Amino acid sequence: MRRTVRQRLTVLGLTAPAYLWLTVAIFLPLSAMFCFSFLSALPLPGRSVSFTLDNYRTIFSKQLYLINTKRSLLLGLHVTLGCIAIGYPAALALAKYVRGRWREAVFLLIVLPFWSNGLVRTFSWTMVLRKDALLDWFVRLFVPDAPSLDLLFSYPAILIGLIHAYVPYMILTCYVSLQAIDDSLIEAARSLGASAFTAFRRIILPLSLPGLVAGTILIFVPVIGSFMEPEILGGKEAIMLGPIIERQFTASANWPLGAALSFVLLAIVLAIFAATWPFLRPHLRDA
Amino acid sequence: MIVSRRGLFRTPAIALAALAGLWAALGAGSPASAAGELHVLNWQGYGTDEAWALKVFEERTGLKVIHDYFNSEQEMLTKLRTSPGTYDVVLINNTFTEQAAKEGLIEPIDPSKISNFADLTPQLRDSPHFNIGGKLYGIAWLWGVTSFAYNTEVIKDRPDSIEVLWDPKYAGHVGWRDDAVESVQMAALATGQDMNNPADLDKVKEKLHALKPQIKTFWSSEDEWNKHLAAHDYDIAVYWSGSAARSKKAFHLPVDFVVPKEGAIGWYDGLSIAANAPNPEGAHKFIDFMVSPEFYVKWDTDVGAPASANAKANAQLPADAMNRAVLGDPEVVKRLQWMAPMTDEQRQKYQEIWDEAKTSFAQ
Repeated sequence: MRRTVRQRLTVLGLTAPAYLWLTVAIFLPLSAMFCFSFLSALPLPGRSVSFTLDNYRTIFSKQLYLINTKRSLLLGLHVTLGCIAIGYPAALALAKYVRGRWREAVFLLIVLPFWSNGLVRTFSWTMVLRKDALLDWFVRLFVPDAPSLDLLFSYPAILIGLIHAYVPYMILTCYVSLQAIDDSLIEAARSLGASAFTAFRRIILPLSLPGLVAGTILIFVPVIGSFMEPEILGGKEAIMLGPIIERQFTASANWPLGAALSFVLLAIVLAIFAATWPFLRPHLRDA
Repeated sequence: MIVSRRGLFRTPAIALAALAGLWAALGAGSPASAAGELHVLNWQGYGTDEAWALKVFEERTGLKVIHDYFNSEQEMLTKLRTSPGTYDVVLINNTFTEQAAKEGLIEPIDPSKISNFADLTPQLRDSPHFNIGGKLYGIAWLWGVTSFAYNTEVIKDRPDSIEVLWDPKYAGHVGWRDDAVESVQMAALATGQDMNNPADLDKVKEKLHALKPQIKTFWSSEDEWNKHLAAHDYDIAVYWSGSAARSKKAFHLPVDFVVPKEGAIGWYDGLSIAANAPNPEGAHKFIDFMVSPEFYVKWDTDVGAPASANAKANAQLPADAMNRAVLGDPEVVKRLQWMAPMTDEQRQKYQEIWDEAKTSFAQ
């Protein structure tokens, strides 16, 4: 009896700071924003405001917001796919083929981008991607007469900046899942006649799915709301829901519309994960 | 049990200590500015934080000036709303002074304590945007023009029309500021309308959408503008007069500023005193120093600044200074349209128009 009470107290003591932090830092501001999204205007001293659904009505009736919601979701999709394409093979190689010192060195390289400030990292890409700058110089080492790639201020530039920023998440989460797979499972599959590809498809991929899902969530959610990388690297291609939401808060004093846009985005994310959950659940539970 | 007794005891203690630290950090911002200090809220690098000037001011008054900065007018208003009694002097653009006064964020200024008051250009000094309900809420300090500047090494013939921004010759070589109000006003000027109240918004939209082949990229700060021009990201771009003078003088960029025949956007900034300022006496002294020719002439000569609202200060500039040579011409001033306050509805409408135009650029 005493033991269980003490155990509970321990658990409470250990988790209370996290719950308190979540309440203060996430739940309270989010609920305040949720209320804002139903207001007719920013409540300032000496101004009367009322509750309304107009903000949501505006979002669903104007092409402007629908097009840019689509642009943001596509950006999230492209960046996530890019991170999988680069991150998953890297994680697989790290977990199964690279050993000892080399593994530590490669890990250091992967985590390195985390140590630099995001703004600095993004600005350094402008120096690489600009017309006749580092990237063009590098290409011309091999093809002397190559025309300039002129990637800066384009959609690919946004993709490059965001994939660079987020690929470590994918590598780390996939690595954890892949590393946990017992090598003897793969050996058993091969000795029973499965080709390398079949062993990958039937054993490795399903068992590493939790890592893939975790990485996807960690990347997709912040990317669809990103505004810094698109604005610095994207030029005319920068317009997305993220920058539009930012302007509602910083330029046009339309917090209610900005809040409503954020919650529409949140609802879409939740809907996407809810829709894919039935397919993922059996795999995640097995793991 | 993995957690030992000592561990059990310690964990909440550490958490409590962390919370106490957080509490102190949150509380530290609001109370008590020490005596002998003056708190100024302004854009960074916009005159009030010139190191030499603060030294002179401290020697004369014993007041140490401490700065806080904002990145947009909305942020400035938010800071005044959320931290009452923190700031003494605040820079407010004329179009926001009335709103700040009506919200009770700033308090009236006593012009008798401003020794340079009589020398200020009457058109700006007596503006109804500063004189509200018979009281003075802002001292006209600086004015300038939003128009465009170009790279004189690339473009040899000095353009005299705003249409140059839409000229196919410069397709893909135009820089633009990602700002809804400024964009709508530029388009209104280009279509020959009253920029504060354009009657035909469809024409404005059409003009903005026509920028699609022209714009290379957007800029958001003076520093970015300089870097883009130096890297030839663009050769002609929307810009501010004071910044153009600085790009030329401080950064030695081949830049010239144009006030085209269709007109340009005129704006002016005032210095105000925050409501419940801890040191209103010092605030009056600081504002008086800021509008003096002594401060302005050295600022514009060393660094480059917008034009001064103090006519005597402008007249003391060297003859080749842009603020005297270009903006000192009464013919140029006549072409300007002065920015007026806007309602939130207008602002939101413009934001939507501009976001729509930007969306069309990306497709």
